[in-house]
Parts: sequence; C-alpha cells; structure tokens
Amino acid sequence: MTMAEPVGGRFGDFGGRFVPETLVPACEELEAAFRSAWADESFRSELNQLLADYAGRPSPLTECHRLSEELGLRLLLKREDLNHTGSHKINNVLGQALLAVRMGKTRLVAETGAGQHGVATATAAALLGLECVVYMGEVDMERQALNVFRMQLLGAEVRSALSGSRTLKDAINEAMRDWVATVESSHYCLGSVMGPHPYPWMVRELHRVIGDEAREQCRELMGRDPDVVTACVGGGSNAIGIFSGFVDGDAALVGVEPAGGAAIGRGVPGVVHGSKSFLMQDEYGQVLEAESISAGLDYPGIGPEHSHLAAIGRARYETVTDDEVVAAFELLSRTEGIIPALEPAHALAWVSRDRQELAGQSVLLNLSGRGDKDVDQMMDRLVADGSASGDDGQSE
Amino acid sequence: MSAEPGPLEAALRGRRSQGGKALVPYLTGGLGDWQAGLAAAADAGADAIEVGIPFSDPVMDGPVIQQANDRALAGGITPLAVLDALGRLDIGVPLAVMTYYNIAFRFGLERFASVLAEQGVAAAILPDLPLEEAGPWTEAADAAGVETVLLAAPTASDERLGRICARTRGFVYGVGLLGVTGERDELASSAVVMAGRLKQVTDVPVLVGVGVGTPEQAQEVCRVADGAVVGSAVVRRMLGDGGPAAVGDLVGKFRRALD
Repeated sequence: MTMAEPVGGRFGDFGGRFVPETLVPACEELEAAFRSAWADESFRSELNQLLADYAGRPSPLTECHRLSEELGLRLLLKREDLNHTGSHKINNVLGQALLAVRMGKTRLVAETGAGQHGVATATAAALLGLECVVYMGEVDMERQALNVFRMQLLGAEVRSALSGSRTLKDAINEAMRDWVATVESSHYCLGSVMGPHPYPWMVRELHRVIGDEAREQCRELMGRDPDVVTACVGGGSNAIGIFSGFVDGDAALVGVEPAGGAAIGRGVPGVVHGSKSFLMQDEYGQVLEAESISAGLDYPGIGPEHSHLAAIGRARYETVTDDEVVAAFELLSRTEGIIPALEPAHALAWVSRDRQELAGQSVLLNLSGRGDKDVDQMMDRLVADGSASGDDGQSE
Repeated sequence: MSAEPGPLEAALRGRRSQGGKALVPYLTGGLGDWQAGLAAAADAGADAIEVGIPFSDPVMDGPVIQQANDRALAGGITPLAVLDALGRLDIGVPLAVMTYYNIAFRFGLERFASVLAEQGVAAAILPDLPLEEAGPWTEAADAAGVETVLLAAPTASDERLGRICARTRGFVYGVGLLGVTGERDELASSAVVMAGRLKQVTDVPVLVGVGVGTPEQAQEVCRVADGAVVGSAVVRRMLGDGGPAAVGDLVGKFRRALD
C-alpha cells in the first residue's frame, strides 16, 4: 500500500468533514488551494527552500551506539529535534503559512498543547508577516510557560482556553470557534493530522519529508529499511510523517500513545473536531479528558489515518506510562547526550520496555522534539524525589 | 417536497399562513429547572422549542451555552435522561433537540432516531453535521419520522443554499452571522441578508438564529425571515437567578415584539 490521497476525504471508514456549515466552504477552498499548490513546482520549491535555509532540513539520522548496546538492538534517531523551533512542527506550518499567503489570508489561528506547534506557527507568521493568534489550554499555559513567552516574543497573541479540561482539546474548540467567526481573513493552521478534510491529508503531505529523508538515510546507512519504525502519537503528525516513508515496505510501524491519552488503546470510534476516528469517550459520547505527563500528547482523539492504519493492521499502537516515559527521558539524556522532549520519550519508553521483543532489530525512532521546554517540569519531578542522578542519589 | 410536513414544519407554516412570525427559543436540557423553563416558554408563546442535549465539546456555541453545557454535565445529565423527560412533558408545542453529532453517533443513529420519535420529539438539529455528511443520519431520521433541520450559513453560495433547503425538514436554520452562538449588541447586517437569500430559494420556513438576542433584533430580522431562534439570551436567564419565570418573561417580550 502507499499513502494516497483519501477518497472523498476518508481513510477507509475514518475521516470526513464534520464541521459547522459556516466552515464547509472554507474547507473546500482550502482543499482546492492545497491541491493546486502541491502540484505547483514554484510553490514546492519555495517551500523546499524555506525548509532548507530556514528550518535546517534535512535533519540528520543519528545512530545511538551506547544506547543500542544497552538495549540490545540497533537504535536510529531521526533528529527532528534539530529543526528550527525544536520540533517537526515547522514542516507543517511553513507549508500552511505559505498556503495562507497564497489564499490571500492575513491571519493565522492555531491551537497548541505543549506549545511546539504554537511556537512554530508564531515563527512562520513572523517570517511571513502574518497576524497570529494561538489558543492554549489554561493548564498547559502553566506547565509550558516558557513556550508562552516564546510565542509572545515572536509577536503572537496567546489566548487561554478556559473551558472543559483546559488542555489541547479545548484549545482546538476555541480555535475552531475563532475560525467560524474570522473565516474570511483567517487560515486555521491546524497542528496535527486531524480535523476536517483536507487537514489530515494536507498535514501528512507536509510532514512526508520526514519519512522520505529517513528512508534514504537508512538505505545509505544500512542498505535497507529498518525493521521497526516508531513514533509517539497524540494527534499523530510526527508518526504519520515518518510512517509515510515506510508504509509501502516491510518495516513494522508502531505508534506509542500515553496510557492516559490512548485513543486507539482505550477508545472507540467517534466524531469530534471535524473527523471520525478513534476517540476516548464515555458511554454517552462525551469526550473524555486525556491526562499524561506530556502536554503535547494530552489529546483524547487521534488522526483518522492512524485509525485506518490500525483497523487494517498496517500499524500497531502501544501505550506507555508516565513513569516509563520519565525513565526514557533520563536514559537518552545520560547515554547519548540528547535531552528529548517528553513526547518522543514515549516512543523510546516503548522501545526500552519491549527491548527483548526487539532484540537484534534495527529500530528507527522519530525524535520529534527537544527537551528544553520540559526541563523545568522534569526538574520539579526528578529533583523533588531525589532520583535525578543515575547513581542512586549518591551525588551531591 | 414529497413527504407531508412533520409537526414542526406544520406548526411553523401554520404561523406563517396566519401572517405571523415564528418564535423558537432554545434551552439547555439538564440545566436547573429546565422542564419548568420549557413550560414557561411554551406558555409565553413559543411556536416550538429547541432543547439542547449537552455535549462536552460544543464548537458552534459561545460562552453562555458552553457554560450551560458544562453545568448540566456536571449535574450528571445524560442524553437519555433528557429524552425521557421530554417524553413525559406535555406543553403543546413541537420540540426539536439540538446536540452534536457524536451524541447521536454513539447512541447509534437508528436507535437515536427511534428514541426521539418514541419520546415525541419532532426534530433534530446537529450543527456539526453538514449536508455532505448528513446522509446516514437523515436516512435514519426520515425512516423514524424525525425532521432534520439543516443550518445554512452566510459563507455558502446560492447553489449550496438551494441544496441545503431541498434537504432540510421542519425549517431552514439561517446562521445570522459569522460566529458562534451568543448575544451581540446589534443585529448583524448579515442576518437580514441571510434571510433574504434563503427566502429566494425556498418555500420552507426560514428562521434565523445566532446573534438574535433582543426582541428588537428579532423584529428586525423577521421583517424578512419567517421567524427567529433565540438561544443564549434565554439560557442566560436559566443560568442566573431568574430561572423559569425570567424565561417566561423574556419569551413573552419576544412574542409581543413579533406579533
């Protein structure tokens, strides 16, 4: 199989365009604009130029010698953490911001969880001279205060989402409400492979560069695809990005969800935020609040293409606990000198936990963000309980 | 239209054929003494009433109805409890439930439609279910005899408005402005334009809602529209101290303004 354009906006049984009537024409306009831009050489080369000169692509592939030895497998990291703004999110926002300009929009609206997508959107808006409003759950604004300040430095206005669980899901509600009111001048720069068609398809295409580069880099290094490709999954954009380079090959694809936000692990199909997909909800259809250590993965749903990949058995989805994530965060820092964001630490937590199953295999992990934004939070957690050092608290 | 109009459409057409304007207030199910609120609204002259089934993520709603949803959900209300109560209610006007698609989807579309019919609910309004996605639901609703009210927004082309009006039942719900539900200081100019554009393409009753919050605003939009839907202004009374009595008072003022 390959990752083609969804048929009628659907990936198998999932996807669609479940939005207020006001937004239907905007989604249609966006779909047409993206299709035309994506087929336009000049748009593609302008984007590629920005990805290279501004974002720093291609991102390297790093072989983890010390950690591989410790885990008994061959671990390769796709270094999206080294992109400008510190995560894979820049790939998507540069594409969408260029598209917004092409459509004559002057304002970007975005939601953010950990702040990575908000920072990336604010960055692209600054670069292209667009107005930018970012919605962020009140709870997330507290735990990611540094990213709030970053966005403000970049000229964006950060508005807090005060309803519901006051996290990513509520920030998306607020962003959609804003878009309903400002649709004529604003583009909704959605940050993941979710939402109404064409977003899941468009955002995947904009992140496909991760998988395309990684496949070439793996073949150069090993002469073949890795045995396993893994990534963390909230909405699932970094995972779809890297999976897209390998989906038509033999590599096992493994998405890793937080135990407290496991749409596939704990959900059933539902419809929220514009598409049908697996969703954590109660027996009445009320959407549940996700809860994990990582703001970026605190989302009760998942992109519809992931639901499709799970349903047809092409990808599988594992869950890890917060404690496993913290251990993985420390493990990569200590063995490779790379402090990961808590989000990709989920994928590493799974690799580390299931190392026996993975023994001797080559595992490509999408290191989708760097840990700078999480250091404060980890300091509180690790220093408070005295477990920050690797030698049983003997150090000063 | 091939089918006989359902009870909601019949009531609204009846009001129009007498030269009157239709008034449809909205209340949130499960919020305070909401059943007394419904009765007060009916007594004060509502032609039909919209009853919200609370949903955790109401993307088409502004702060007042969000707060009503949150409070009703925190009080433990469930979709079935709302529908059960509606089945026992006898207030003499047709009822439409307004909720989000996931509530119906989780229920099971056929089951949801048949429960609405069993409880005597005439119609359903699902604001995140646009025309292109509505097929499975409208099939189930049609089979159960439930009218599906579709929304029409200022962003649609005339061609699209025509398709929406051809598929809607009960009435066509014209969205009065670009935005979510909530009161505004003035009626948006788009409200009257919306009503006029819809009246050009359909004989189905045209009601305008979203941003219609005062009797004067209702009067203004009804110079063209066949009626008005009033949500947040009513719900705000239920959230405050006034409760059902204040709802009856407000609906009465709207009634007098439109008569």
